[in-house]
Amino acid sequence: MKKILFALGLAAVMTVPGYAQAREVTFSTQLSNYGGDGAYLALYLTDADGKYHETLWISGEKSKYYKHLRDWARGSGLNQAEYDGLTGASVTSGRTQNVTLELDDVMIDAGYQVRVDSAVEDMRDNRSDVVVPLTTEGSGKSIAGRGYVQSFVYNLK
Amino acid sequence: MLRKLHGWPGLVAALLLLVLATTGVVLSVAPAIERASATIPATGQISVADLAERVVAHYPGTEQIQRSLSGEVIVYYSRDGQPGADLVNPLTGEGIALYQPSAFLRWVKNLHRSFLLDDAGRMVAGGLAVMMLLLCLSGMFLLARRIGGWKAVLKPIAGSGSSRIHAELARFAVIGLLLSALTGSYMSAVRFGLLPEAAAAEPSFPAEVSGGTPAPVNSLIALKNVDASELRELVFPYPDDPSDVYSLNTTQGSGFVDQATGELLQYQPRSAGNQFQHWMIRLHTGEGLWWLGLILGVAALTVPALSFTGIQVWWRRRSTSACLGEGASTEMADVVILVGSEGNTTWGFARDLQKKLNQAGKKVHCAPMNDLAKRYPQASVLFILTSTYGDGDAPSSASQFMTRFEHFQADDGLGFVVLGFGDRQFPKFCQYSLDVDAALSSKGLPQMDFVTRIDRGSAIQFREWGEAIGERMGISLALAHNPAPATTTEFELVERVDYGVAVNAPTSILRFRPVQDRRNLWQVLSFRSRLHLPSFEAGDLFGVAPPEDNTARLYSLASSASDGQLEICVRKQTNGLCSGYLHSLKPGDRITGFIQQNPGFRPAGGATSIILVGAGAGIGPLAGFIRKNTDLSPMHLYWGGRNPQSDFLYQPELGGYLDDHRLTGLNTAFSRSADKAYVQDAIMADETALRQLIEKGAQVLVCGGRDMASGVSQVFDSILKPSHMDVDELRAEGRYLEDVY
Repeated sequence: MKKILFALGLAAVMTVPGYAQAREVTFSTQLSNYGGDGAYLALYLTDADGKYHETLWISGEKSKYYKHLRDWARGSGLNQAEYDGLTGASVTSGRTQNVTLELDDVMIDAGYQVRVDSAVEDMRDNRSDVVVPLTTEGSGKSIAGRGYVQSFVYNLK
Repeated sequence: MLRKLHGWPGLVAALLLLVLATTGVVLSVAPAIERASATIPATGQISVADLAERVVAHYPGTEQIQRSLSGEVIVYYSRDGQPGADLVNPLTGEGIALYQPSAFLRWVKNLHRSFLLDDAGRMVAGGLAVMMLLLCLSGMFLLARRIGGWKAVLKPIAGSGSSRIHAELARFAVIGLLLSALTGSYMSAVRFGLLPEAAAAEPSFPAEVSGGTPAPVNSLIALKNVDASELRELVFPYPDDPSDVYSLNTTQGSGFVDQATGELLQYQPRSAGNQFQHWMIRLHTGEGLWWLGLILGVAALTVPALSFTGIQVWWRRRSTSACLGEGASTEMADVVILVGSEGNTTWGFARDLQKKLNQAGKKVHCAPMNDLAKRYPQASVLFILTSTYGDGDAPSSASQFMTRFEHFQADDGLGFVVLGFGDRQFPKFCQYSLDVDAALSSKGLPQMDFVTRIDRGSAIQFREWGEAIGERMGISLALAHNPAPATTTEFELVERVDYGVAVNAPTSILRFRPVQDRRNLWQVLSFRSRLHLPSFEAGDLFGVAPPEDNTARLYSLASSASDGQLEICVRKQTNGLCSGYLHSLKPGDRITGFIQQNPGFRPAGGATSIILVGAGAGIGPLAGFIRKNTDLSPMHLYWGGRNPQSDFLYQPELGGYLDDHRLTGLNTAFSRSADKAYVQDAIMADETALRQLIEKGAQVLVCGGRDMASGVSQVFDSILKPSHMDVDELRAEGRYLEDVY
């Protein structure tokens, strides 16, 4: 279990201090017992059309396997600047990963989607294993993934 | 140094290597199994476009098509929102089975590469691979030294026991093991960043696509241009996303394909570094190279046996080298013993000599030959006991001897005796002891006695030598070192057939069977048969000591364990203590004895013609070979006796073997008959036929007395002269074997 606090959107906070508000969000990703090695996950935001916006968290330490997180890889262009400092260990089959981040308030209820791509060695890659809109209403509502993710939920504070 | 480099890492790594090797063996089979079940279209038969079309026809929700290097094609699809994966037939696109990678193989793979311990385990596995590399290299050099140079590497290996098994197995497996170790080390080094990782071809996503209406997959030109056999992976675009593209990954490179125009975008060929890395991995895993996988697997299979025999050899060397102490100092000693030993066997003899000399009141200094002092002021006798390594080289504890000896000052009154230890099967039997003897003589040291060469650690020869030397020194030297305290078994004489009494050469064929004793709990638990015979083959040796003497004599075995009995053929020697004892046995009498293996004296088998030569009781093992020759290899026996009416050993049996073709030809010579012929004459009479057989690769096995054996080798030399070959040459090729006494 990892509890990590990262100030995202820091630049915005500094340039327009009066308007920006940070919200703490916890993302919980529970994996099914798919019975393989540790899964690589990409947690990222896209706009309503699925166009990549920003990286939230990458699980898995070997960047050479990141290309298997296909949609994220395509969106981020595998640009190291996109995920620098936002990586951790891969997630074992059946375990739950919690990531807590601070998101800019303007991102919520603004049509953005949270997505998870997943990949496991010698098994299939799952693009958009999870796709869920980032809304106040959606907070705390668990949804099922279509690949290795059994359930996914985010909680806004 | 080389030996230490081979021994210590080997010992430390043995256990962990067992895990690596065993898991490696399991994994090595996977490529062959995958290959066996895969349907593989001929190159040029179908393109990636054809393949994709056929797959999509059966799997409308296809997301990804993968082809493994073994030729398996896997489709990942989604159907009604549920993901799935199937193995498909590339020719039809039809599903064959659910694709479910084996959890067991995954576990084995993780055990193999990381001992299930992730990065820490991977580091250990990588370290082991490097250690294995060292073991292979140092082992190759040791082996080359042992058998006399790189050129001799493919020749038969002499010697016996675990060290021979170790050498034979290693020679067989070393290339495979070297490849596995090298590629494994490389993979590990890359993984941990010790070697640069070749950049994978990662084309960046095309910034612009045509965005037109998607065309059918089989019409896309970029996919038509790639043969299905080159496909690694084809990822389909999202349905209903015109801005998406196909990602194509082939053995040559990767790129993207526009789903409307079929144009290949951003294509990047694989770099040379990437290809190299890819091949290193394939050479390690055998992926797509099922035959290599199996070869590597078989090589890895030898690792448990190599570890076991290696530890045995190491242990024996270690336990025999435990030092008894040097004894008297170099200044005080009146007798000096210097020991040249590779495997430490010679030390056992030296220690016995030291002990007996001490008992005789001598002040003895005992040291390795490498510790030769500048001078031994008080000494009157310098004993040198040495083995020979490889092709006449110095054993390790004597490697510096010749150099040091240049500075040696011989004091007046110092005489020397050299005792060589070796194995007659080696072409340069005890060569190093002869060299040392010559070096000492040339320095003007008085030679107290000629070099005696002890064959295969013979306790009798050692005792006889002690008697002779003791007499010279005016002391009694009752040497009694038996280098192989073998486990003895009790046997009961069940049958004896007597020959030759009328011609003053009483010779008996004695047949024993092991005594049925009460089995202990262990034997009951391990389901050992009540009649447990130790394992042996005809040609091995049976050691037996007469009751009033504890030095065992060795007799060649005429039967194999599978015959259910132990058979020897013994000529009663005049005043022979042991042969007399054996001849006095009556059926039902019991003796104890042990088996000593003699793997260097065996017929080659197969289609090779075998020429067996013997005289008198020497027929024993030869008859055993013929009895075992159920594969009907051509065997020709030349045997000499005294009189056909009296000592024609095995006559009835040989007749039967001729009838059922286990024996191809029988030629006898009798010295006390009308023709007065010896076995050499019988060989000479068949000169042309024998020369032709040998030219075609026949093997000669000679068993009998030493005089007969030297006569026979002279005859063969003269027979072979026209074809410009000689016995020494055959010997070096393992085609002229002797068992003489």
